[in-house]
Amino acid sequence: MTPGENKTVPETRQESRAKSRELGPSVPHSTLDSLARQSEAGTARPSTVPTALALTVRNLSVSFGGNQVLKHTSLDIAARAVTAIIGPSGCGKSTFLRALNRMHELTPEARVEGEIRLFGEDIYARNVEPVVVRRRIGMVFQKSNPFPTMSIVENVTVGLRLNGVSNRRLLAERTEQSLRMAALWDEVKDRLHAPAVSLSGGQQQRLCIARALAVQPEVLLMDEPASALDPLATAKIEDLIVELKKDYTIVIVTHNMQQAARMSDFTAFFYLGELVEFDTTTKIFTSPAKKQTEDYVTGRFG
Amino acid sequence: MEHHFDTELDVLKQKLLTMASHAETAVNRAVEALVTRNHDLAVRVKDDDTIIDQCEIEVDDLAIQLLAKAPLASDLRLVTVAMKISQNLERVGDEAAKIAKRARDLSREPPLKLNLELPQMAALALALLKAALDSFVNHDSAAARAIIPRDKEVDALNKKINGELTLHMMENRDSIPRCLNLITAARSLERIADHAKNVAEEVVYLNEALDIRHTGAKGQVTPVPAPGA
Repeated sequence: MTPGENKTVPETRQESRAKSRELGPSVPHSTLDSLARQSEAGTARPSTVPTALALTVRNLSVSFGGNQVLKHTSLDIAARAVTAIIGPSGCGKSTFLRALNRMHELTPEARVEGEIRLFGEDIYARNVEPVVVRRRIGMVFQKSNPFPTMSIVENVTVGLRLNGVSNRRLLAERTEQSLRMAALWDEVKDRLHAPAVSLSGGQQQRLCIARALAVQPEVLLMDEPASALDPLATAKIEDLIVELKKDYTIVIVTHNMQQAARMSDFTAFFYLGELVEFDTTTKIFTSPAKKQTEDYVTGRFG
Repeated sequence: MEHHFDTELDVLKQKLLTMASHAETAVNRAVEALVTRNHDLAVRVKDDDTIIDQCEIEVDDLAIQLLAKAPLASDLRLVTVAMKISQNLERVGDEAAKIAKRARDLSREPPLKLNLELPQMAALALALLKAALDSFVNHDSAAARAIIPRDKEVDALNKKINGELTLHMMENRDSIPRCLNLITAARSLERIADHAKNVAEEVVYLNEALDIRHTGAKGQVTPVPAPGA
């Protein structure tokens, strides 16, 4: 990523894919490497070991005003898969998520150390603009936050328009594409100019997903995206995520373990700011290796 | 957009149906080997039993993964019923292998000059197994319920055949090894019918959410006494 890039139209997915293929992952040893070795020995399931890594995190530490919230965390996020981050309140999972797209820079007393690479590129490098990072790594929050003064279509296209895209046809195409990907198009196609806040809670959350998808990110971060929704809306979001992972890398923080079991491929368990266990979702929820993980997953913590 | 979990449940059902198909084929072949005294067919049934064993592992493995996703109501019943049916089918495979082993041994000896109702008993056990598996596929609880009392017909035939073979053994000592093989084969057929009945009971549970196992002749259930009573 070069300094002048934030002024151009976001590169297409094909271009960024080609670039990431050139760079490749630069990390010598990763947690997922050891899973791959296990699969060769026959202990892990080969079909779930990914061949590409979207994000590699090494020795990540985050503190707020001297209070260390995340300690020396190293983790690999597989490309085009769903990685769930679970753990009790205050374990650092949301802090971890926000470090992945440089959100902590919006907090004055936050201090981030360590290395995070997106398809091999250091996202905290000196010459990298945080805005560009947040375009390639999008975020969806727990409480849906459509811009209240904007219509549905304005919400979807805001990211593109802020990046200088004014071509009407392109905007219209991206709007439909993003709303279809977020499984919202059929419900709103006849009222694109209605206020975003006129939508139900579940629809607003899918609108926020469409908004994030419109700038064609490579990674989607979701912080408890369904916790404020009723079961039917939650099921729709879960089905949506399973569809999206065919094209996107997804990291989701959730306190609902059955949800993590239903839709994620890999699960990381955090406790008191440390990564305790990371493995395939099946392993974590059927036979976790660490007692702490077992205690948390069975609800016997504390 | 389809419900993702439904796709996963379909995979489980398909695995179970594949296993059922293998089990049915095994019993069919074992019975044919027995009745037609076909040595090579008997050997083949024994070898194919490992496939059924592997199916049980795969079905149970998938079921555990699905349970971690906290299915509810009929989804929950389907996953637990699938595990029970897979266990019954694995036992059916074992019984078929046992019949095949006896058929192999019997094919090496001259046939007994006895008019046993073994082919009829085999046909009935096969029919009950097929009916039970069909009732699972068709979600047909009524058809499943109809199978359950018929298990007694197979039990009755087993008892009759046992009696005739015991009598024959007492009068013809050189026929003892062959008679024992036939008694074992008949017992395996009786067990296969039992497993068919078990599958039928699971189908009723799946479709009606009613556990009809172990109910007495008048449909009553014996309550478990409290410890120390």
